[in-house]
Order: sequence, then C-alpha cells, then structure tokens
Amino acid sequence: MCGIVGIYLKNEGLHPELGGLLAAMLIEMSDRGPDSAGIALYRDPVPDSSCKLTLYSAEQYDWDALRTEMAASLQADVKLDVHASHAVVIAAAQVASVQDWLRAQHPELRIMSAGSAIEIYKEKGLPREFVKRFKLHELNGSHALGHTRMATESAVTTEHSHPFSTGMDLCLVHNGSLSNHNWLRRTLRDEGVDIQTDNDSEVAAGYLMWRLREGDSLEEALQRALTDLDGFYTFAIGTKDGFAVLRDPIACKPAVMAETDDWVAMSSEFRAIAQLPGVEHATIWEPAPATVYTWGR
Amino acid sequence: MTVFDLNSDSVRALNQHLHDSSSDYLTVTNPAGRHCIACGIDSAVEVTIDGHVGYYCAGMNKTAQITIAGNAGPGVAENIMSGTVRISGNASQYAGASGRGGTLIIEGDASARCGISMKGVDIVVAGSVGHMSAFMAQKGRLVVCGDAGDFLGDSIYEAFIYVRGNVGELGADCIEKEMTAAHVQGLKDLLASAAVVADADEFRRYGSARKLYNFNVDHANDY
Repeated sequence: MCGIVGIYLKNEGLHPELGGLLAAMLIEMSDRGPDSAGIALYRDPVPDSSCKLTLYSAEQYDWDALRTEMAASLQADVKLDVHASHAVVIAAAQVASVQDWLRAQHPELRIMSAGSAIEIYKEKGLPREFVKRFKLHELNGSHALGHTRMATESAVTTEHSHPFSTGMDLCLVHNGSLSNHNWLRRTLRDEGVDIQTDNDSEVAAGYLMWRLREGDSLEEALQRALTDLDGFYTFAIGTKDGFAVLRDPIACKPAVMAETDDWVAMSSEFRAIAQLPGVEHATIWEPAPATVYTWGR
Repeated sequence: MTVFDLNSDSVRALNQHLHDSSSDYLTVTNPAGRHCIACGIDSAVEVTIDGHVGYYCAGMNKTAQITIAGNAGPGVAENIMSGTVRISGNASQYAGASGRGGTLIIEGDASARCGISMKGVDIVVAGSVGHMSAFMAQKGRLVVCGDAGDFLGDSIYEAFIYVRGNVGELGADCIEKEMTAAHVQGLKDLLASAAVVADADEFRRYGSARKLYNFNVDHANDY
C-alpha cells in the first residue's frame, strides 16, 4: 500500500501556497505510507540556455565546494540551493553536459531530477518529518506530486523512494506492485536505460523514459504501458505543464480526482483532497480503469 | 438530536456511542473522507452523515437506517446484515461486498466490483456500475438503472441481476434470463421501497447458467 497525491493550481494566486497544500495532503496519507515520503515540485522554469537539477547525497556534503568546482569546470554560472539532504543546481549550461560532468566527477551524488522546472525531494521516514525537514510550507510552485511509501517488494531507502525521474521534467509515482519488473528491467537495461535499484516502480519510470526516448508522446507511452506492464498500479506522472493519471484495467488500487475553479487534485483517497480550500464546491470523481487522464496548461 | 462533529470527535467515540446507546437520531458532520464511520451498528438508529466518507462506512450494519449525503469510498456497507444504507452521491469499489441482508441504495454510480460475493443484500444503483460487479454473487438482487461494466456476474451463483441500460461483456457462466411477470413485480416493489424512480418493465434479467458451479458427473474425467 502507498499513498499518492497530486495538485495542479489553476489559480496563480495560490502558487505561493503550493508547498503548504501539498504538505497537508501528504500528511493525510501517512497511514498508507509511513516508510518514506517524496515530492516532485514544478516552479520557476529556467531559460533554455540553462538547466535545473536536483542532487542527493546520503552523507553530509560540501555543496559550496561542488558549486565552485562545477562553475570553474563548466565555465558557467552555477546557483545552488540546499534543501536538507538534497541540493537544487541551476547551471547556465546544457543539461547533458552537466549530467555527464556530474557522473564523471561526482559519482557519489545521485541525480534525482533534471529539466527546467522540476525539483524532486524524497527521504526515509514519516511524511510529517519529511514536511518539516524539507520546509514544505516555504515552497511555491504551479503543480506538484507527492508519494508516501509502504514498502512491499524492496528495501526502504531514499533511493527506493518515489518520485522517480523519467526524463526531462518528468517523474512518476506509483501505488501498487508490478509482476513482470525483473524481465522488464533486463530488457530496459539492454536498451541502455539506467535503472539503479531493484524497485518495481523504478522500472515503470524507466519504461516511460525508454518509450519517450523512442519518440512516443506521453499519452502513447501510457497507452503502451497498459499492454507491457503487468501488475497493479495507479500512476501519477508529473510533466512540465501538469500531470497525468493512469490506473491498470483491474483497478484495485484506489484513486480519486477533484476539480474546482482554482485547482485540480488527485489522491489515493478523498481525505487528502478534503484538506484543500474550496473542496466543498469541488467536482469529484473516480478515474476509470485503463484510461489516461491529463491536466496541464 | 445528537451531533458528532468529526473535526473534534473521534470516529472511535462515534462508533462506541452508536454501539452503546439507543438514540433515535444521530448526525455526523465533517466526515472528510475518514474511514469506518458508523460501523457495526446493531440498533434501529437513524444516522445521517453530512459529507463524503472514506473506506468501509456502514460496515456490518444491522437494522440501522444510514444516509450518506455525499460520496462513499471503497467497501461501503460491506457485509451489511439488515437495515438500509443510502448514498446520495457515488460509491467506490466493492460497495455492499458480501452483504447478507438489508438494502443498499446508491443514487449515483458505483465503480468496480459492486456487490461482489453478495449473499442476500438488495443493492439498487440509480446510476451505473463498473466492471466485475456481482462477481461470485450468491443470493440477493443487484439492480442497475444505468449501464453495467464488463464481466458482469462472473461465476455467479443464485443472485438476481437486473440492468436497465447496456451491459458490457458478461462474466463466465452469467447469461441473460427470462423476465417473468413475477420478476417485474418483485423489481417494481424493490424500486418503490428504495424510492428510486425507474420503470421495472425496461429492465433485463441476468443470472447463472449453472454450468460452472455444479459438478457434472458426465464430465467427471474433465475435472
């Protein structure tokens, strides 16, 4: 069992409150996932000439030294903002060159996300502690996904936590379990997709990364996932402009969606959505099985 | 009138009160999707829940009349024994699962697996139901005024299914059956007592072909 939450703010006036709204939803999903919590947040897109990455270090890290070294090596402006065990790097350079440099020079760091607007934070422990540690109430943005994990098939570590990056400005959170992830992991590795853990949800993320790389649109990739992924799932997929939701054809794993003039939200359970302002006027429905739902600008 | 406000009162205190006291009426406010509201009642109390509820609301209900003015999460009225549970909005999956008696009325739609393994409950859905509804249904009646999703009545035993709208693919061993005058009359009475407006003559009946659950001695070598 896990908890998923997602919120997309139609009303720009609410953007400063995104982190607080997400925190309330995430904490409400603690029963569904007390092992770890994570979010993907979209805000302040950088121009095309720059890129934004979220980095993670399991150990105490000298982020300032990294920033100086990176700026000198890449000969580019680098800004770095530390959030607990994570740091957001904005570099005036092409994303591929920054990723290549990090992998070569600092393999001890894990790249949690890459793109222009996405930031991913995730950590072991209760959602309430996560919210406090990452100061969620101070985070603004246009939309976000969150996940609370109850581990059923692989270890409880930060690396096994959701969301998983699935490419530039894309990420995935998952409630459920996949049955064919070992076979799929081998296939994806043969295709050159970098999968780092034995987690089933990371395979789903890798699958989407592969299909998008092969030229599928997100919608096409999700339609194909209905055939290729075997198991139980409710997925929420964060994109630069919004988010998408997909449930497997059997649809055992719960999901509920709601919309007002100000926001669109999804969650594993209504009680997370019940935390949002104006919910009493929301249109509420359950997403149908095997149907792709998308929101965005 | 007793009021429990779940913003300040706990669900456990509410349920304990419902088990211990013999109030005639009780109102629950601010349910906010909480789980297990008004479960295990064994008295003829009338409970009104003002808002949306989460998992397993009104489970195991005996004799109580429970009204949910909102939507219900998964497993509403699970194993209902008697009494009435009425939902003004939609219900999530496995509504009325394994219910043994009483009536469950859903004024909106129900999603997947409505009435799974039902054992005597009457379920009246004014809207549509999702896939795998009445799976392994043993006894009772599932009435769907709208459409039914795929695999309706899969592996059904002796429950009755009535559908007014379209039916997707039927489940294993589920077939359309003759709608006799007695069936129409029984359905008319049930719709009237559930206060759901629909013309009983417009429904089709589905039930078991009885080829799956009966041991057939002629095919002994096939088992």
